[in-house]
Amino acid sequence: MTTTVPAPAGTGAPGRATIAARTLRTDRWWVQPAITVGVLVAFIVYSTIRAFENANYYVEPYISPFYSPCITTACQGDTFPKLFSGPSFLTPALYILIVPLGFRLTCYYYRKAYYRSFWLSPPACAVAEPRAGYSGETRFPLVFQNVHRYFFLLGLVFNAILTYDAVLSFRDHEGRWGHMGLGTLVLLANATLLWLYSLSCHSCRHIVGGRLNNFSRHPMRYRFWTLVSKLNARHMQFAWVSLFGVALTDLYVRLLATGTITDLRFF
Amino acid sequence: MTYDAKLRVWRGDADGGELRDFTVEANDGEVVLDVIHRLQATQAGDLAVRWNCKAGKCGSCSAEINGRPRLMCLTRMSTFAEDDVITVTPMRTFPVIRDLVTDVSYNYEKAAQIPAFTPQPRDADGNHRMQQVDVERPQEFRKCIECFLCQDVCHVVRDHEDNKKVFAGPRFLMRLAELDMHPLDNLDRRKVSQENFGVGMCNITKCCSEVCPEGIHITDNAIIPLKERVVDRKYDPITWLGAKIGRRPHS
Amino acid sequence: MAELERHHYDVVVIGAGGAGLRAAIEAQASGARVAVVCKSLLGKAHTVMAEGGIAAAMANVYPEDNWQVHFRDTMRGGKMLNHWRMAQLHAQEAPDRVRELEDWGALFDRTPAGLISQRDFGGHRYARLAHVGDRTGLELIRTLQQRVVALGIDVFMECTVTRLMTGPDGITGAFGYWRESGRFISWQAPSVVLATGGIGKSYKVTSNSWEYTGDGHSLALQAGATLVNMEFVQFHPTGMVWPPSVRGILVTESVRGDGGVLKNSEGTRFMFDYIPEYFRKETADTIEEADRWYDDKRNNRRPPELLPRDEVARAINSEVKAGRGTEHGGVYLDIASRRSKEYILKRLPSMYHQFMELAEVDITAEPMEVGPTCHYVMGGVEVDPDTAAAKIPGLYAAGEVAGGMHGSNRLGGNSLSDLLVFGRRAGASAAAYAQAHPVTAAQLDDDAVAEAGKAALAPFEREGGENPYTIQHDLQQTMNDLVGIIRTEPEMREALDRIEELKKRVANLSVEGHRQYNPGWHLALDLPHMLKVSECIAKAALERQESRGGHTRDDFPGPTPEWGALNVICSEHDGSISLLRQPLPQMPEDLATLFEETPA
Ligand SMILES: Cc1cc2nc3c(=O)[nH]c(=O)nc-3n(C[C@H](O)[C@H](O)[C@H](O)COP(=O)(O)OP(=O)(O)OC[C@H]3O[C@@H](n4cnc5c(N)ncnc54)[C@H](O)[C@@H]3O)c2cc1C
Ligand code: SF4
Ligand code: SF4
Ligand code: FES
Ligand code: FES
Repeated sequence: MTTTVPAPAGTGAPGRATIAARTLRTDRWWVQPAITVGVLVAFIVYSTIRAFENANYYVEPYISPFYSPCITTACQGDTFPKLFSGPSFLTPALYILIVPLGFRLTCYYYRKAYYRSFWLSPPACAVAEPRAGYSGETRFPLVFQNVHRYFFLLGLVFNAILTYDAVLSFRDHEGRWGHMGLGTLVLLANATLLWLYSLSCHSCRHIVGGRLNNFSRHPMRYRFWTLVSKLNARHMQFAWVSLFGVALTDLYVRLLATGTITDLRFF
Repeated sequence: MTYDAKLRVWRGDADGGELRDFTVEANDGEVVLDVIHRLQATQAGDLAVRWNCKAGKCGSCSAEINGRPRLMCLTRMSTFAEDDVITVTPMRTFPVIRDLVTDVSYNYEKAAQIPAFTPQPRDADGNHRMQQVDVERPQEFRKCIECFLCQDVCHVVRDHEDNKKVFAGPRFLMRLAELDMHPLDNLDRRKVSQENFGVGMCNITKCCSEVCPEGIHITDNAIIPLKERVVDRKYDPITWLGAKIGRRPHS
Repeated sequence: MAELERHHYDVVVIGAGGAGLRAAIEAQASGARVAVVCKSLLGKAHTVMAEGGIAAAMANVYPEDNWQVHFRDTMRGGKMLNHWRMAQLHAQEAPDRVRELEDWGALFDRTPAGLISQRDFGGHRYARLAHVGDRTGLELIRTLQQRVVALGIDVFMECTVTRLMTGPDGITGAFGYWRESGRFISWQAPSVVLATGGIGKSYKVTSNSWEYTGDGHSLALQAGATLVNMEFVQFHPTGMVWPPSVRGILVTESVRGDGGVLKNSEGTRFMFDYIPEYFRKETADTIEEADRWYDDKRNNRRPPELLPRDEVARAINSEVKAGRGTEHGGVYLDIASRRSKEYILKRLPSMYHQFMELAEVDITAEPMEVGPTCHYVMGGVEVDPDTAAAKIPGLYAAGEVAGGMHGSNRLGGNSLSDLLVFGRRAGASAAAYAQAHPVTAAQLDDDAVAEAGKAALAPFEREGGENPYTIQHDLQQTMNDLVGIIRTEPEMREALDRIEELKKRVANLSVEGHRQYNPGWHLALDLPHMLKVSECIAKAALERQESRGGHTRDDFPGPTPEWGALNVICSEHDGSISLLRQPLPQMPEDLATLFEETPA
């Protein structure tokens, strides 16, 4: 485990204490990044399959979050106006996934998670990273991480749409209002988690008040900032839970659509 | 309760050195620094180590214990089993002077480069007025005891000696954030944060926050907000435009 | 000496605590070229540990407060032995010195009106301590440090001064060594400001760090200056007592200012039994009144827990002696049962942290165990109040190393303000003196420099001698046991005998290793300072045949009017310490009237 990498650029640089080990940590520091890789890979595989499956994403009145907003004429859902019809090899999901994908890819928390676990930069604190050169987020392409706030704003639009989807799920399969099933709860929970994830975003915290230096002159924005700061402290948890939320919601819709299970209707 | 603790301490200087094994008495309630002092008083009179307050207030006794950057005076012996070997080395990001003492001048150099506090004039009665809510955010950063453990753990410089030229490290990015958020400060430090102090080098992997003995949320409360402020200034055309036409003063 | 590094400055400031940094800033502002020298890294000096606050009558919380009240509190706290002029300047100038820190970036806690908030402390009539939570010293030193850096003042860190250099006309400079390399260095300078702090490391149980070896006191003596009132050593009532390795570490007085009370093992708030006549009029005598005081200070008197430190320390000492101490020989300091968890965490975050990390005690749930710890030396270099000049031309002293300001007992919070007020004055006078006596005139004597170098290397020449750590340990035990809180003549005589013994042992000790960052060698060079200062304390304490403030004699209980008019002055001649009784300076009429309501 404590393999010696000759790293003259780092802890082996001239003048520093001569210690060959890459790290002297005695705990199992590699567990955390390993779990992160496992979970993220599983999600990527699942979501890729689903994005290309192009089926089983809509069953009255529920739509999978992977396919909403449903913007092409080819899309089965009725929750969004059909805007255009693209080539048939592109599934409706592929047009829209860029937004949640971009949002999460540029998210400050996910950045931490994948820089550590995929890039090993660093794999864990005080464990030397394998690469010799490093320029952080100063150059192309990583400098584009700075657009995160735009993805945040787009993400809000998507949250509104998914919330609308959840509202629409208070219908029965014939479109009559005033009904509810387990799926409704699933969609509601998903939308709630997405809101929590978005509102706890660091860019959000900055926009609502973080950029001010005199809170006392802006009492309302200070209140918002305080609230978002509280949520922000749990951003990591919301990031994971909402990720599971999306996947499980989709899975639920798929299971309904394929007839594997039937929706539990309350009224 | 007294037992014989097994210590492995790095001894040497800039020309080289090695981990050496010692057996030192340890008593109830002691911290690693106590045991290092006993080692110094009984077996190795010339063992070099920095310390002052013995209470986690001055940030002198920084070292790496079992590979983790820590204050020796706040690391209780009771966190280890009696038969554990406790490895103590100097911080591995800075040049070593001798034994556990490193040359931390990198930090003092960076501190000197930061544009100084530039206050607004006082009110007519000679006071500065600020509300508690306005001072609280920068106050968190002023808890810093300059132990430089965050600078030590940050992979940007720990693993890349060259980056020391272009990167100020978490402690001083936090100082820039502190000044930028200071209710009385009149200088805009956003551009220099990016161009001279390398806030873009930080990939927000949060090791600095993990090791900070003061529990300062360096990444979440200082560096990320600083990055966002830099975006306002450098990468966000809308906010930039807003500021230009005076709708969004940098206040 | 070929390897000697030489520098020329107008002003050399020895010490980078609050006093030293403030002096350097002022000297630079007055146009002098300044060097700051310190034993630790910049920003690590003792000042960083101060917790409670800076006393200054800013009247932000109590409009009734003004410099006269502060002056009166300070003099009464010092049992009227303070130099009246120092106490006056201190009380008058402290508010401006605090405000100035805000121009340099300090961020104090605020009042609802947006002004600097002020908190209660022992001996102060009104809430008066400007503070930042319980880390005020950190804020102070960081602010000054950042100012010094911004001004580009040269700082020699981890560099120890071992000698002051003098010529026929006074100071010519200083000599020392780099801790890192062991190489020698000299500064030629017409003015030197001593700001080296205190002496607490000569005691076993102390809140002070390794730096507090009394270097400045000893350097001043050796250069021919005098020390005043060295018998007054402050034992802070509340130091940690458990676990043994942290014994002595300070528990800030703010715990009591914010509602904490002292109890013995029987659960009694014993301080009510120890209210001295002198403070009876202003101290609550029932628990009810004391508890009301926290919310209504105008109509109630202060709780006895907030009596001056010497009173509280003696009371704790008596309780423990009477068998009513805790398991580990202290008393209980309880805030957990009196204040909410949120309040404690907000007001005393570092205390919470300190007890959690070091003693595994949650102060929001359990009481702390505390006992007296050696904390501060009131005595120090005898200086002129207005200029901070010592008795040797070109030598100045400010901060804890200077004497006179605090009389026989210092009030909490009065040290940080002292550093600022007299640091500034010392810096200005040192710069002015340098202007009148240019650096070229102050030639270093080459022989004396060579001699200083030889003396510093002597411990390496000897072989098979004793280890310096053992000698230091024996000295600390001696001072703790024999010249501690309660003193008697036979014990002090024994202490002086032992100090003579220790001197011989120091002359024969030897150190291992080489000159590069060698703590054993560093300690060997500090030991003579510690011994000299300890000797002064013991001799002065033997001389003063009364009990007053930080000096309590079992054989002479209570103060006497004769001794109340006398200072004890120490000076050194041919290596031996001699004493002089010197009448106190006369306070002018207009100030004396401030004390008429309650005669001293
Ligand atoms: C735990 C604690 C809490 C305290 N709380 C308070 C409080 O709340 N309010 C208050 O008013 N006071 C408080 N005090 C007291 C106050 O902090 C000190 O008296 C004060 O900080 C002393 O400052 P100074 O500038 O004189 O010296 P220091 O800050 O101690 O600085 C001394 C400097 O001199 C240098 N030095 C010493 N010898 C040499 C040498 N030979 N060569 C070169 N450099 C040398 C040292 O390296 C250091 O830089 C507290 C003290 C302690 C220990
Ligand atoms: S979060 Fe940034 S500054 Fe902190 S350790 Fe990681 S890379 Fe360094
Ligand atoms: S931010 Fe924390 S870790 Fe970094 S120097 Fe300050 S106290 Fe140490
Ligand atoms: S969504 Fe994670 S920081 Fe914005
Ligand atoms: S000795 Fe001061 S922080 Fe450890």
